[in-house]
Amino acid sequence: MTSILPLVLDAVRLERDGQQLIDGISLRLEAGPLSVIVGPNGAGKSLLLRLCHGLLQPSSGKISWASSRPAATGQAMVFQKPVLLRRTVLANVEYPLRLRGMARRARRARASEALELTGLAALSARQARVLSGGEQQRLAIARAWALEPEVLFLDEPTASLDPSATREIENLIRTIHGSGTKIVMTSHRLGQVRRLADEVVFLLGGKVIEKSAVAPFFARPRSAQARAFVAGELVG
Amino acid sequence: MNELYAGLVDAFSLVLSGNEDLMEIIALSLKVSLTAVAIAALIGLPLGAALAIARFPGRGVLVIVVNTLMGLPPVVVGLVVYLLLSRAGPFGVLGLLFTPYAMIIAQALLVTPIITAVSRQIIAGLWDEYREQLQSFAARPRQVAATLLWDGRFELLTAVLAGFGRAVAEVGAVMIVGGNIEHATRVLTTAIALETSKGDLSMAIGLGIILIMLSVGVNLIVHLAGAYGAKR
Repeated sequence: MTSILPLVLDAVRLERDGQQLIDGISLRLEAGPLSVIVGPNGAGKSLLLRLCHGLLQPSSGKISWASSRPAATGQAMVFQKPVLLRRTVLANVEYPLRLRGMARRARRARASEALELTGLAALSARQARVLSGGEQQRLAIARAWALEPEVLFLDEPTASLDPSATREIENLIRTIHGSGTKIVMTSHRLGQVRRLADEVVFLLGGKVIEKSAVAPFFARPRSAQARAFVAGELVG
Repeated sequence: MNELYAGLVDAFSLVLSGNEDLMEIIALSLKVSLTAVAIAALIGLPLGAALAIARFPGRGVLVIVVNTLMGLPPVVVGLVVYLLLSRAGPFGVLGLLFTPYAMIIAQALLVTPIITAVSRQIIAGLWDEYREQLQSFAARPRQVAATLLWDGRFELLTAVLAGFGRAVAEVGAVMIVGGNIEHATRVLTTAIALETSKGDLSMAIGLGIILIMLSVGVNLIVHLAGAYGAKR
């Protein structure tokens, strides 16, 4: 199977009501490194992720995947606030597999495996929407992982979680990354970026200010804005 | 006041005795209204879902039309169905006028806009919540509609039962197209109108009590479904 990576953005703009929300981003996301898009609120992180995933169409510019095979089946996305169906935990994981026409037995097996990996197997028969916040987020990740995407987009996966739930989610992200899935996530927590990222894309005002490996980004930020951001100052 | 009291006593004994005419009327009421609501739901639920999801020119106008039709006066619906089914009308040859089928048609016409409009609103709310996730899953429009109908099932039950409440309590349409014929097209509401005009108040009150009990039952189901659904 040919890879859908790299994902290449060429002068991508997103304009709403005369405002440049994404302002001419050119970016190349390769297979391999765990990429974290960082920046303050309103920098355009979520919009950039949605553009990459195909939920939004750019006003101008081009977003292209390497292979011409429908990229939709090679990627999945987990949203900041998990959108869970009013069904059981197991049914939630099976749902997108059924949409893709997978046979009952195969999807049951795949879903069970995903729940096992995320530590939710014991909750299979529970209603998804009564789970705790951390469990809901893990379920959303399990559901995306079950699709065996080549690229997994995660939008602020730990935004509203406590430290222990955050640690679980971060471990899960590492596991999925370790299994060979390309992770592209957003985060505004510097500690999390240090813990997880291989590669940092620093976004401010809809523009990519810096893209570099994580160590140099924190040790020697090239731009003044990134220096301020890394120092924990308020930028934006 | 005395008359009312005597009427109430008579009514209760009538209800408790299981009077055969009474049972026949109740059975026909349920049969006509349940069938009408089933037909209306089969049309209204998918139509409501389509109006909530699909984007096409004229959609806004269609939504306004459906919302307006919610308030259709039953007698007008009765009149229209009467004209369509009467001997001289386009469907006269079917010989449906003054049969329970005509009553089912009239009530289905009355209830379909209600179920359509209310389910459109319910599904639009759910679609707002699910939209990005379902787009991310690359769900096709049909799959989206099926998903939203299933996940909104408890709220949608409320819409359907509201339709049933309207159908079973309605008198104008069934009176016109059914004709209130004894042992043929007499239902609770038309019987109440008749017994009242005849002066047989105990029968009228008895029928009224049953009608109210039916609507209490429907509301109880709505409430329980809502409470059950809230836990999901």
